[in-house]
Parts: sequence; C-alpha cells; structure tokens
Amino acid sequence: MAGGSDSYHEPYELLTEESKNMHRALVTVMEELEAIDWYQQRAEACSDADLKKILLHNKNEEIEHAMMSLEWIRRNNPVFSDQAKTYLFSNGPITEVEKNAMDGGGARGSGGSAPAAGGSLGIGSLKKGRK
Amino acid sequence: MDLLKRDLAPILDEAWEAIDNEARRVLKLNLAGRKLVDFNGPFGWEFAAVNLGRLELIRDQPVPGVSVGRRRVQPLIELRTPILLDTMELDSIARGADDPDLGPVVEAAEKIAHAEDNAIFNGYREAGIAGIIESSPYAPLEIPADGLHYPHAIVQAKELLREAGVSGPFALAAGPKAYNEISQGSEDGYPIRKRIEQQIIDGPIIWAPSIDGAVLLSIRGGDFELTVGQDLSIGYAYHERQNVELYLTESFTFRVLEPAAAIYLRHASELEV
Repeated sequence: MAGGSDSYHEPYELLTEESKNMHRALVTVMEELEAIDWYQQRAEACSDADLKKILLHNKNEEIEHAMMSLEWIRRNNPVFSDQAKTYLFSNGPITEVEKNAMDGGGARGSGGSAPAAGGSLGIGSLKKGRK
Repeated sequence: MDLLKRDLAPILDEAWEAIDNEARRVLKLNLAGRKLVDFNGPFGWEFAAVNLGRLELIRDQPVPGVSVGRRRVQPLIELRTPILLDTMELDSIARGADDPDLGPVVEAAEKIAHAEDNAIFNGYREAGIAGIIESSPYAPLEIPADGLHYPHAIVQAKELLREAGVSGPFALAAGPKAYNEISQGSEDGYPIRKRIEQQIIDGPIIWAPSIDGAVLLSIRGGDFELTVGQDLSIGYAYHERQNVELYLTESFTFRVLEPAAAIYLRHASELEV
C-alpha cells in the first residue's frame, strides 16, 4: 500500500506526527485520483452495459473520497487553504484567477455571477503597464 | 457571506453581471488618478491604515525614564454611495432585455470616481489626505486664454519639473475644459494633442473631470501612492416590493511622497479668482 512507510522519502524517525499524517492524506488523495482514472478508462472500454454502470458508480465514489481527503488537507494546511480559496469555484479563465485575486482581494464572487473577489469589481490600477 | 451581503439581494445572476459590467465601464472611463499614480493593494476590508514609519513623541512619561512614542499612521476612508434600482427592470435582463435602465449605476459610479479623484488631485483635509495640486511647491502656471499656447505652457511646466530633478515619463491630467481645448485645437493643421503627446511629454493626456485646469506630473513611480483596502465593490443595502437599494463602496487613502513631481496649470480666468 502506498500509504505505508515504504513510500516515505526520509527516515521515518525524523518525521513529525504532523508530517506523517499529512503524508497519509496526500497519498490517499493520490490513490483516489489514480482509481478515478482507472475506473474512467475501464468504464469507457467496457462492452457490458451493467458493468459499465458499476464502474462509473465506483469512479464517482472515488471522487467523493478524494474530495473528503482534500478537504482534510485544506483544513490542516493554510497554503492549501489559501490556494483553494483563490481557485476553487472561481469564474473566468483559470489562468487569470490569481491576477484577479491580487487586484480584487480574492477570486470568489460573493453573489450570483459576480466575477471578482469578495464582490470587488476588480478595477485595481489603471496605470498603463500595470493592471 | 461578507460585508457586501450580495447573497441577500433579490437579484438574478444575469442582472448582477449587467450591474457590475456597467459600473466597471463607467469607473474605468471616469477614474483619472488610477491611470497616473501608484496603486497599493487592494488589502481588503480589514486594512485600516498606512504605516508612515514615524513616531510622535508623547511628552508625559508613564514611568520616569521611560519615553513613549505613538506610531503615526494614515487611516483609510470608506466611501459609499447608494444605487436605487427597479426590481422589475432588473428581472427584465433575465428575460433577455438588452437595454436595461441602469442609470442609477452610472450615476453612482461617476460620483464615487469623482470623490476618489477629488481626494487625489485636490485633497480631502478631513480625511487627512493632501492632494497633488495643493502639495505642489511650484506657483501655478497660467494656461493662456488662447488654446493654441498649450504646448508652450506644457514645455515650461516640464522644464520646471526637470530643473527640480524630476524625471519622466510625464503625463498630463486635463480637466474637461483643458481636455476639450487640447483635443480640438490644431496648429497649422497639426493637432495640438498629437504634438503634446508625441513631441513634448512621453506619457498620455488623461481626461480628469475632477480637475479645473490641468496637472503635469511624472509617472515614473514612487511619487504618488493610492492605497486601497476594499477595492470598488457593489453591496446590498435593502429591498422592498418595487426597489432594491445597492451601494458602491471602497476604502482608500492617498499620499503624495514627492510633492515636486507635479505642477498645476490653471486657466487665466481661474488665476484671477
């Protein structure tokens, strides 16, 4: 199993309990994502309709597991949390989300389809050469 | 939910988008200061003051031998202007109407842009903000009644800045009258505006409705600083059967770090007043 001590990259005794738990969560997410990929491919190639349904069901279960583990990581790591707040459930081109967040104080619209962060209109600087 | 409480407004996504887009369009057109000064932020609602890095010594010592200094800061101000909208009109956007009446959004955006620019250029004493014009150490230069002499006046202004050791690029913030005169004037068939932008200053001429006259300033950076907490945002106030009241808000302060980096040009008639 990937979550066992065989997947540690540093001597086990040098790692804190915090790092060990984070490792467990991270490899769990990796395994779930890998399983989603497997089930997706298997379902696509499967010639039996009933089995295909089961495989897709399993895939969706793995997505749930991945999200639960990801949420544990977010709650236990402030950098994950900050990045999640910036990117998840944002609107517009993903590559521009960070810039909008810098200009508007966050990327999430607070109401309806409001695009910029915290309801900000994202005006920022209008000086040429700088957003 | 945050301070703007947008989730509580009986406004559909399509209508929010139309409101935000209209406000954005008008703000970008009307905000002149942000096209010229350094922008610091936005730092959000919690950001309350700019650290000035200085101490104000308190004379009374709490304990003999212990001196006390109070840190000097420049607090941000919060602006807020209401937007009263008809809910039926907003719902018509979701029905596909492409000409909704968003006049109150335009009006509010113009007002708040004017308030921000007024603080930047003319200052706002009650808020502890010194404006670019009042901070300038130079005597105002006169714009001759004849619009054709703008190039000469701007060359003169630029030389004064250079003599004071202020380098470019330079930009001209022009009030409505000055902007019109510059835009409409021509010299032997050659547009004055082009001559100023291409041959005299190496920056833009910006329409600045909050200025009487014009200001020539360096846009090299480090001279003027707009610090924004919550950037321009639209929030929800209340609603009843027919109307919903929103508001346009922001928090900011402005500092002139190098007063000598700008010079004011006034029309002759304004000099006499």
